[in-house]
Amino acid sequence: MSTTQEYGSILLTHAVGLHARPSVKLTKLAKGFVARIELAMADNGPWVDAKSIVKVMGTKAPQGTVLYFRAEGADAAEAVQALTELVARDFDEGGGDAASG
Amino acid sequence: MPPPVELRGRPAAPGVASGALYRLQEAQVQQAHSGDAASEVDDLLTAVQSAADDLTRMAQGLDQDGADIIEFQIAMLEDDVLRAPALAAIQVGQTATEAWRVALAEQIAEYEASSEDYFRARVADLIDLRDRVVRHLSGTVTEPLPAGAVVVADDLTPSRFLEADWTAGGGLALAAGSASSHVAILARARGVPMVVGLGDLDLNGHQQAIVDGDQGRLVLSPDTEVQAYYRRAGADAAQRHARESRFLHQPGRSRDGESVQIQLNIMHPSELDGLEPDTCDGIGLMRSEFLFRDGAALPDEETQYLAYRRLLDWAGDKPVTVRTLDAGGDKPIAGLTPEREANSFLGLRGVRLSLARPEVFKVQLRALARAATAGNLKVMLPMVTVPQELGRVREMFQSVCAELKGEGMDAALPPLGIMVEVPAVAAAPDLFAEAAFFSIGSNDLTQYVTASARDNPAVDALCDPAHPAVLKLMGEVIDFGRYSGLEVSLCGDMAAEPQFVPLLLGLGLRRFSVAPTALARIKATIAETEVADCSPSDGQASRCHA
Repeated sequence: MSTTQEYGSILLTHAVGLHARPSVKLTKLAKGFVARIELAMADNGPWVDAKSIVKVMGTKAPQGTVLYFRAEGADAAEAVQALTELVARDFDEGGGDAASG
Repeated sequence: MPPPVELRGRPAAPGVASGALYRLQEAQVQQAHSGDAASEVDDLLTAVQSAADDLTRMAQGLDQDGADIIEFQIAMLEDDVLRAPALAAIQVGQTATEAWRVALAEQIAEYEASSEDYFRARVADLIDLRDRVVRHLSGTVTEPLPAGAVVVADDLTPSRFLEADWTAGGGLALAAGSASSHVAILARARGVPMVVGLGDLDLNGHQQAIVDGDQGRLVLSPDTEVQAYYRRAGADAAQRHARESRFLHQPGRSRDGESVQIQLNIMHPSELDGLEPDTCDGIGLMRSEFLFRDGAALPDEETQYLAYRRLLDWAGDKPVTVRTLDAGGDKPIAGLTPEREANSFLGLRGVRLSLARPEVFKVQLRALARAATAGNLKVMLPMVTVPQELGRVREMFQSVCAELKGEGMDAALPPLGIMVEVPAVAAAPDLFAEAAFFSIGSNDLTQYVTASARDNPAVDALCDPAHPAVLKLMGEVIDFGRYSGLEVSLCGDMAAEPQFVPLLLGLGLRRFSVAPTALARIKATIAETEVADCSPSDGQASRCHA
C-alpha cells in the first residue's frame, strides 16, 4: 500500500447527528488505523483529527450532513472504507425514527 | 417548619418522590502549588489517569445508556487535544488545577454557546470531568449523596448521579439542567423523578420536599394536605394503570355507548410480537420508513412484500394501513433524499419524493399490490398537497398491477387514502374526495399551521395541536368525512394524549390510531368519557370532562 491520500464521503443519517455515542464509535474505529485520518463537513474542509473525540464532537454535525474523510498512511484506503461504512450502518444503532404522522 | 412553598420547573423524568432535602454544594478546592512545571504536569497526568480509572470502575454493571455516558467521558479524558492547552498553561506558570480548569472552561464555553439543546446539555459532562480531575489533584473526597433524599443542585453530573444509591427512592430537583441531558436520560431509565429549570432556589429552613416529575414541580416543606394529595395521586396512578389494562381486550366505546375505532401506529413489525390482534381495530399507520433504514441498500420488492405480508397475517381480516415511504424532512435516507436541502420540512419529502424517484417508488408499489391480495390492505400517501399527486400514484399503481398480472403474479389495487397534514389539504378537503380515506397527521399539520418546527424546543409552546386554528381545520376535515362517507382517522401524537380525547370526540373523531403502549390508556379514557358532553364549541377547547 502506498501512502497516497484517500478520500471518502457519506451522508450522516443518525437521528441525533454526530453526538456522543456515534462520536465515541467513530474515534475508536479511527484509532485502530495507523493512517492520519481527518474529517470535515465540506469537501474543502476545515479538516479535523478523526481520532480526537474533542474535535469530532466539536464539529456538531447534525443529521443530514455529508461527512468527508481523508486519510494518509499505509492503511488509508481501509480506514476510509471502514469509517464510511460505520456511518452508512448508522453506527450500528438503527431505528430511532422520530414520531411521525 | 416553614410554610409550604411550591416551585415550578419543567418535568425531566416522571414520577413523584418525597424525602429529606439535600443541597449539593460545589466542591471547595484548596490550591497547592509546587512551583515546578514538571511535577505539575506529572500531577495532572496522574489525576487524569485516576479519573479515567474511576470512570472505568463505575461503568461496570451499568445498563447501556449509563455505560455509553461513561464511555464518552473516558474518551474525552484520553484525548490529547483536551489536555494540550492545560499542559501549555502549566509551562507558563499555572498550577495543574488552574491549567485544567482553564482548558475545560474553553470547551465548556464552546458547548454552552451551541444553539442545540443536546450540545448545551453536554456541559454537565464536561463539568463532571473537570471536577473529577480537580478532586484527584486536591485529594478532595466527595461525600456520596444520601439515599432516598430529594437532591437539590444547580445541575448534576452523570457520575454523581451514578455514584448515588437510588434504590431507596429519592428524586432530583435542578435549578438549571435540561430534559435532554445525560442525567435526565439516566433518571428516566432508573425511574428517579426529576425536575429541571427551577431557577434560583432558596432552601432557607426547609427540611423536607416532594419532587413531582410529572408536573415539573418541587414542593418545599409539604404540609399534611400536600402530602395527602401526593399519597392519593400515587395510589391513583397505580390504580389507574391496573384499571386501564382491563380495557385492553374490550372494543373502544365511550361511556354513553358510542363506538370508537382504536388502531395501532407501528414502526417495525417486531412491535407486534406479544400483541394480540383482538386488542385493536387493525393497524392505522404502518410507517414503511423502517424498511429503508435497516440496511444501506434500498430494500428489494421481496423484502418489502414479506414485511407487509407479516403485518397482514397478524391482523387477519382487520385493516392494515401502510403509509408509503415518508422520507425527507427530519427523516433523510442516504442516497434517496436530497442532500443539504434548505428548509427540508418544506421540501422534497413524502409523496413528493416518491414521485420524483419513480424507480424506487415502483418497487414499493409492486410489493404493496402483491400483498393486497393477501389481506385487508390499505395504502396511505404522506404529504399530499394537490389532487394530481393522488391521481398520479393511482395511475402508477394501476400500471404496476397490470405489469404484475402480465408476469403471471397475483396483484390487486388496494384502497388509496391520504394523510391530511399539509394545511392546503386540511383547508380544502373536498378537492380530495377521490381518496379512499383520510388520516390526519396532527404533528405535521400543527407545525405547518403554527409555523413552528416540531424539532425546535424554542418554539415548543407554539407548536400546539390544540391551537384553535388547528382544531378548526381538523373539525372541518372530520365534518367533510361524515358528509361524504369518507373514513377519517387521526394518527399523530395527539391521539395518544388522554387530555385531547374529549376534544377530538367533540370534533366528531371516531377513529384513533395510537402506539401500542398507549392502547389501554386511550381505550380507558374513551370509556370514561361521555360523548354527549363533548361539544365541538366552534373549535375552541372543549369544556367537557372525562
